[in-house]
Amino acid sequence: MQQIVQVTGLTKQFKNLTAVNDLSFSVNEGDVYGFLGQNGAGKSTTIRMMLSLIEPTFGNIQMFGMDLEKHRREILRNVGAVIEKPDVYKYLSAYDNLQLFARLSGIKPTQKLIMDQLEMVGLRNRAEDKVKTFSQGMKQRLGIAIALIHNPQLIILDEPTNGLDPQGIADIRNLILQLSREFKKTIIVSSHLLNEIEQIATRLLIIDKGEKLVEGNATTLFDPAQTIVEIQTLDNFYALMQLKGSKWADMLQKSNNNAILLKVDRKLIPTLHADLAAMRIQLISLQPRNSLEDYFLQVTSGNQHVDTYSN
Amino acid sequence: MWTLIQIELYKIFRRPRTYIAFVAIAALISIIQFGLKLDGKSYADFLMKDIGGSMEIDGNIINGYLICYIMLQLLLVHVPLLVALISADMISGEANMGTLRLLLSKPYSRTELLLAKFFASTVYTIMLLVWLAILALFVSMWIFGVGDMFLMKSSYVVLISQNDVFWRYAGAFLFATLAMITVSALGFFLSIFAENSIGPIVATMSIIVFFTILSTLNIPIFNALKPYLFTTHLISWKEFFDLKVNDSNEAIMGSIQNPQRIINSALVLIVHILAFLGASIWIFNKKDVLS
Repeated sequence: MQQIVQVTGLTKQFKNLTAVNDLSFSVNEGDVYGFLGQNGAGKSTTIRMMLSLIEPTFGNIQMFGMDLEKHRREILRNVGAVIEKPDVYKYLSAYDNLQLFARLSGIKPTQKLIMDQLEMVGLRNRAEDKVKTFSQGMKQRLGIAIALIHNPQLIILDEPTNGLDPQGIADIRNLILQLSREFKKTIIVSSHLLNEIEQIATRLLIIDKGEKLVEGNATTLFDPAQTIVEIQTLDNFYALMQLKGSKWADMLQKSNNNAILLKVDRKLIPTLHADLAAMRIQLISLQPRNSLEDYFLQVTSGNQHVDTYSN
Repeated sequence: MWTLIQIELYKIFRRPRTYIAFVAIAALISIIQFGLKLDGKSYADFLMKDIGGSMEIDGNIINGYLICYIMLQLLLVHVPLLVALISADMISGEANMGTLRLLLSKPYSRTELLLAKFFASTVYTIMLLVWLAILALFVSMWIFGVGDMFLMKSSYVVLISQNDVFWRYAGAFLFATLAMITVSALGFFLSIFAENSIGPIVATMSIIVFFTILSTLNIPIFNALKPYLFTTHLISWKEFFDLKVNDSNEAIMGSIQNPQRIINSALVLIVHILAFLGASIWIFNKKDVLS
């Protein structure tokens, strides 16, 4: 599979602050590449370096097999981006903004192309309205339409769900999936909303304090032998007593009035289920919780800002 | 590059703010024209009071040519603010709106973008001066008629034949345009440092006021600086209305008393424009865009 982006030893220093430190990663054609990190981890700085908005202190960025510094123009013709907030010209209409940025991207758009693009992001009926009348979600969708108008091979979305309501977040998620599956685009999505990334990313990069913590396929990042299982029963106290007296005692992690957590090998979950029934534990739910959030908190442990709170 | 220029011009002329300057100039000129139309005789008496008994003048003193000169003297002091409204907003306004990062992630170099923006702000400045010329000169000629131009200088009087006036205005407006492009270049330069347009607009006007005061002060230590300050040369358009005189102290038609002074002033302004633009490109190419 062709590598679309290859970042090597990328470093950015702002006076005394090292925002990105010796970061290397690669994005393959067709990836939905989740770029994760806490606020201030260096995600936006990295993305801005990839769009030549910030000059790297050290390191190299190759895109489509070309060096960004030497072939900036050719590379950027093939890249569409939404950088943090989807700011556009508020005194212009959605149609005018799209037309303007299409021309800036090197194409002469037809009316049909612009209207089709607005249709795709659900703004066709607001085409002639000035952007100053738009909600945050509509601006975000217009920003994505602008990123896509010149049919780029690579789409970079920096925090695309910032400031959106749950419906807006779901719309953006569906749009990203559509772009990936129907239009075969390569997409880099940065976010700190882990559950959103979990639902769309095929590969992941987690950075912290400007450094890479982990990179890999979403499906293989988590160790199946360390699966967290959450159990909810009608009587958690009874269930806990039974489990403490069983072979599962060593695997108990945490319990409270709502749930009991065990760390087990994924293969043993059916056995656990059978044993719970044998112990006459009245089960409400049994759920493996190998979520990205758990994984993220695990790899960024030590950077927790607030103590864990539980009932 | 042409696409960029078209887009920048499109953006300038789609913004309501752009038309404030045109409306302001129209309002000011209309008020002056209205006042002089109603009470031009009193103004002429006021002009003549110092030389009352020493000479007698026939004809229409308060004509379109004189009124245009009066308006240029009044307005060209304020036009820099109207020019800065746009030029000082060219980069800082984009940073403030958040569109700068999107603009700079498009396949154009920063130098191309800056040149396109500067060119567009120059077109705006030229259009502002053309508007000023239409209202102050042509409309005044239409309302007040034409005649010989009678100018009161601080220590002498200049009388220019009406056939010898129009080309002087053409030169004066061309020079004023160059002066305002210099102001535009200063505002443009300052706009690359800020993320809202208020700072660069205020800074542009502050620099002009500060240097104008320095240019006006007659203190020996500052006199050496004056020839190099662009503010000293902003009003050199007036040189077009100083004529050479012959041995009989009569004005020579078609002459300018000191054309070299106009050329020197123009050169100083052009050097300033190039310096401001060059510095803008150099600094902006090294700037990290964090807005």
